[in-house]
Amino acid sequence: MSEEKYIPKSKLGQWFDSRLPLLTLTHHLTSYPTPKNLNYWWTFGGILTFCLITQIVTGLVLAMHYVAHVDHAFESIEHIMRDVNYGWLIRYVHANGASMFFLAVYIHIFRSLFYGSYKAPREIIWIIGLLIYILMMATAFMGYVLPWGQMSFWGATVITNLFSAIPLVGESITTWLWGGYSVDNPTLNRFYSLHYLLPFLIFGLVILHIWALHVPGNNNPVGIDVKKNNNETMPFHPYMVMKDLFALLLFITVFLWFVFFAPNVLGHPDNYIEANPLVTPAHIVPEWYLLPFYAILRAIPSKLGGVIFMFSAIFILMLLPWLDTCKIRSSTYRPIYKKFFWLLLFVVILLGYLGAKPPEGVYLILSRLATAYYFIHFLVILPVLGRYEKTDPLPQSISDPVLDKPGVFDKFKKAAAKYEGENASSFK
Amino acid sequence: MREKMLVLLNKIINRMFIIFIISIIPCTVFSEEKSVDFIETNWSFKGLFGTFDRASLQRGYQVYTEVCAGCHSVQHLSYRNLSEKGGPEFSIEEAKAIAAQFDVEDGPNSDGEMFMRPGRLSDKFVSPYPNVEASTAANGGAYPPDMSVLAKARKGGADYLYSLLLGYDEAPEGFELDDGVYYNKYMPGNKIKMSEPIIEGIVEYSDGTNPTKEQVAKDITTFLVWASEPHLESQHRMGFKTIIYLIILITLVYMSKQRVWSRFGSNAKEEKEEETFDKIERAVTEYEGENPKTFK
Repeated sequence: MSEEKYIPKSKLGQWFDSRLPLLTLTHHLTSYPTPKNLNYWWTFGGILTFCLITQIVTGLVLAMHYVAHVDHAFESIEHIMRDVNYGWLIRYVHANGASMFFLAVYIHIFRSLFYGSYKAPREIIWIIGLLIYILMMATAFMGYVLPWGQMSFWGATVITNLFSAIPLVGESITTWLWGGYSVDNPTLNRFYSLHYLLPFLIFGLVILHIWALHVPGNNNPVGIDVKKNNNETMPFHPYMVMKDLFALLLFITVFLWFVFFAPNVLGHPDNYIEANPLVTPAHIVPEWYLLPFYAILRAIPSKLGGVIFMFSAIFILMLLPWLDTCKIRSSTYRPIYKKFFWLLLFVVILLGYLGAKPPEGVYLILSRLATAYYFIHFLVILPVLGRYEKTDPLPQSISDPVLDKPGVFDKFKKAAAKYEGENASSFK
Repeated sequence: MREKMLVLLNKIINRMFIIFIISIIPCTVFSEEKSVDFIETNWSFKGLFGTFDRASLQRGYQVYTEVCAGCHSVQHLSYRNLSEKGGPEFSIEEAKAIAAQFDVEDGPNSDGEMFMRPGRLSDKFVSPYPNVEASTAANGGAYPPDMSVLAKARKGGADYLYSLLLGYDEAPEGFELDDGVYYNKYMPGNKIKMSEPIIEGIVEYSDGTNPTKEQVAKDITTFLVWASEPHLESQHRMGFKTIIYLIILITLVYMSKQRVWSRFGSNAKEEKEEETFDKIERAVTEYEGENPKTFK
């Protein structure tokens, strides 16, 4: 958003700012105009930034004590839990932090789906966001391997084995990923290295995500463009900062409740058994946040097909801004889309539930139906809806979202007539 | 009308929130097959203020050394942990004496020889077997799991361990059992290679507690929960303080937020009348536009 040019007050500030415009950047960030009607679903951007920083800081400390070797990894985690001062706290924050990060990112993504935040002119923000999400999944997966428990080992085996489904080069790729002929020490070492690297790539993408956001500005619950000089926006600081802080603290309360009172409820008990290549767990399941994709993977009868569908399920979202042909952003004004939105949410949660179940009987049938709906939603329903759905009339501005609702205009007609009566002379 | 919209929006938001909370539950709690109903008992370490029963931990340690330690290791526990706060809290002297009962391999000395010496507080618990293979071989091909994190490594945790210890029973009709395999109601698959470890009066408690089966099972389970989570008490204490602190902080932040936002609100109030006027004017213009003749 272009504002009037900022000039620092002090001479020194001007000198510095003309060489490196950090002060201009700070000014831009604090005065950044945000729509005044943003609801609490919009606070998750800030919450996610907090999650990323928490993960990086706790991870940094854990890396000081962790040993990336198949013979010592499990033991070094116990060393952190028992002997390192507040090591248990740092590890539990890191482990539950991953779950909280995904909880927040799913809310953030579904908020975007509900209010159409991915639509023009915000496609680039959406795509960068998805890249962040993909990197998050990769990072989380590799992080889960590091404790070298049973689920770490077998999860790594299952996921890396997926690449062997690729025709011709599949086997070579898998060997290359493993650094050997099975998941072993070289695998653990490279996963550790990448697990340390990827968060910084995420951090870089987050900066681009915010940069891209600051060009068109925030979407809002009404979904129409905000008029900048009409008392419809408020500066980011202090208004949004205070609101975000309040929401963040509520989020932290839930987060820490898990850390202190149920730190292992989101993990799998088998990961407290040291990895053993000779013993396969009864059910190999990934962490909860990857379950929907796991369900899609297993819903397809062929291995290669499953892999293709699983990756498509993520990459199809990249095309969403063009698959959804409706120009109206907020589903508040899209009565039919709104129903499909809730259906999609239900189906994704159902897929998550099915991902944790063995792929047999009714679970398999359900996961096939749910997978089918997932793709039909994006590939058929959204393009068709955009063409045929009769949307509700949009308000003139975010200040009066109900003005143009049916019936309201009649009221104003009456008001106008009355007004006319009172000031009849003015129309002469 | 506007209020109605807001109420509706609120409803939607609430519904979304509920769905998201519910969505976590099936993924975690119900992620496995239907859980067996474990035997219920009261654990002092459960809940927001949960602490360990000191006497029970000390008895549990006794059960561990006299009953379990023959086969099961607790390799991540150190002897010093026995005297630490939040644990069985033996005195330093007692813990030292316990450690000294064990022979620990150390070295190499200046001659390059490994040698045995009495254990110290800093030593890890001495394992009954030198390695996993040896313990597997000595126990009929089944590895007696290390007990350091056993309470966290089984679904159901303490309840599972307690139930398992009391869950030995005659195999039902037609249930095939090989030699050296026992029937247990709570073991997944109902087959267990460990013979019933706890029988009435298997240990003699020095504090005079009656060593019933249930009592012994409860004591050893408490000990194992502590062994897998030695900082549980400080975790609970810190957790409670943190939540209290957060509640106060959230209240203050909410009040400041309301105050900051009221600045914007007061500005808006003045302009609200103007806005209403604008609305009416716009409506009039449109009305006029539709029927330009009426105003002639």
